[in-house]
Amino acid sequence: MGILSQPIGVIAEWLRNLFLGWGLSEGLTTVLLYLIGAGVLATLVQVWVIFLIWFERKIIGRFQDRLGPNRVGPYGLLQPFADLIKIITKEVIIPRDADKAVYLLGPIIMDAGVLAIWAVIPLMPMVGMDVNVAALYTIAVGAFATLGILMAGWASNNKFALLSAFRTVAQMISYEVPTVLALLIPVMLAGTMSLQGIVEAQHVWYIVFAPLAFVIYFIASVAEVGRTPFDLLEAESEIVAGFHIEYSGMVFAIFYVGDFLHAFTIGALGAVLFLGGWRGPGAETFPLLGLLYLWIKAFLVYFLVVWARGSLPRVRIDQMMDFSWKFLTPLALILLVVAAVLDHFVMGFGMWGRALSHFAANVVIAVLTLRYLDHYDKVRESKRRMVAQPGQYPVARPPVPVETSTEAAS
Amino acid sequence: MNSWLYIGIFVALSLFFPALLAVLGWFLGPRRPNPVKTDTYECGLETVGETWVQFKIQYYLFALVFLIFDVELVFLYPWAVAYNSLPLYAVVEGVIFIILLAAALVYAWRKGALTWS
Repeated sequence: MGILSQPIGVIAEWLRNLFLGWGLSEGLTTVLLYLIGAGVLATLVQVWVIFLIWFERKIIGRFQDRLGPNRVGPYGLLQPFADLIKIITKEVIIPRDADKAVYLLGPIIMDAGVLAIWAVIPLMPMVGMDVNVAALYTIAVGAFATLGILMAGWASNNKFALLSAFRTVAQMISYEVPTVLALLIPVMLAGTMSLQGIVEAQHVWYIVFAPLAFVIYFIASVAEVGRTPFDLLEAESEIVAGFHIEYSGMVFAIFYVGDFLHAFTIGALGAVLFLGGWRGPGAETFPLLGLLYLWIKAFLVYFLVVWARGSLPRVRIDQMMDFSWKFLTPLALILLVVAAVLDHFVMGFGMWGRALSHFAANVVIAVLTLRYLDHYDKVRESKRRMVAQPGQYPVARPPVPVETSTEAAS
Repeated sequence: MNSWLYIGIFVALSLFFPALLAVLGWFLGPRRPNPVKTDTYECGLETVGETWVQFKIQYYLFALVFLIFDVELVFLYPWAVAYNSLPLYAVVEGVIFIILLAAALVYAWRKGALTWS
């Protein structure tokens, strides 16, 4: 058992012998080992966020034709550290009328909900806890992040924060359904809810089997994180800053960390479920390579999230609800039915035959969906009420009756 | 059982880390509250009336539809796990279940529960 083929195993074995040598009991040793493992992983993930903040600011800067942070350290790499030192020495202001316990618990629950997802993500072959209900666990724990935001918005005793809390709940419950439906497809194809099992079953990545499910998962997850185009919960121009309006100092920073970590966690989950997780050349012999592959894939999906943030404007709340309930959910249901029926007949076709027939079915559904959307747009366009266009009246606007008459005509 | 022990430890730790950060911030930062600073911040205006008001009934409708959907979807997970060993009729039964789910969606849609007004 070499350090390269079993890095975690070797270290764990060494620590176990060390603890047993100190005369600790078997049970206590296990608990200690788990504590160290969990502590290392949670710390690394939190520290990684510091890098993510730098990365996102840099990328968003480029999207907006700016340079992004470039003063502190090489390429501005030390900027997040400077921000951290600044924010940790700032005053934590608790509003007088706030519900103090809930107010302080909000950010903690939010960050914890995101962080706890990492307990089941398979980082390398044979590493990461192999729980048989991991897929459900990620959904259940992920919802805690939203609960934290709701708590914060409610407890702040601020009308804007409360509006944000309402919107958060509406958004979360709407986009939970497509996410859960999209997750069903990898679970169905792999025949297991364990994430490690799903990765092992992906001899062909599930994005080939179900590209549309990946798109649905991606959109719905971005909405659940509450990032632009779905950042209604912190729409600056409407409700000032939403749920974190009354937060300051380190307590605010916890929200910030939680948000970035959530976006990256979406990437990691997407990579595990659809992009083959740690799979890649040589990953089975050198597990550390698997970790690298997973990180690259997670990073790619995360980059897509940032890209969407840099390119798309915010949607309205009715558009957001319609998009989930009247488009994503029916589409996901259709995909699930097609995948279930089709897979039963192509199961004997071998790996690639099965994958390609699923892919073909997805392409057909995608084309039909796009044609339906075109048709829908045309119908809606023809029903649209006539409104005055800029440039239509070059001299002076005629009095109001023109508009009422067109309305009566339509 | 061991993996659940690990997850329990992990969840406890993930609650501990942000709490630690909050405590750090509490002790490292200054604490000089005054009546203006701890006031509710609404763009400089003084807040009027009760904050914790009644909310729109629309949210409640969506919550109901969501509840129905989410519970039924969780029932689909065991079916999906067992999928590879299911005979055709069990697959068809699953599909019928999904169609019933879709029918509920269509019903809510036609009733106008999904229209944000």
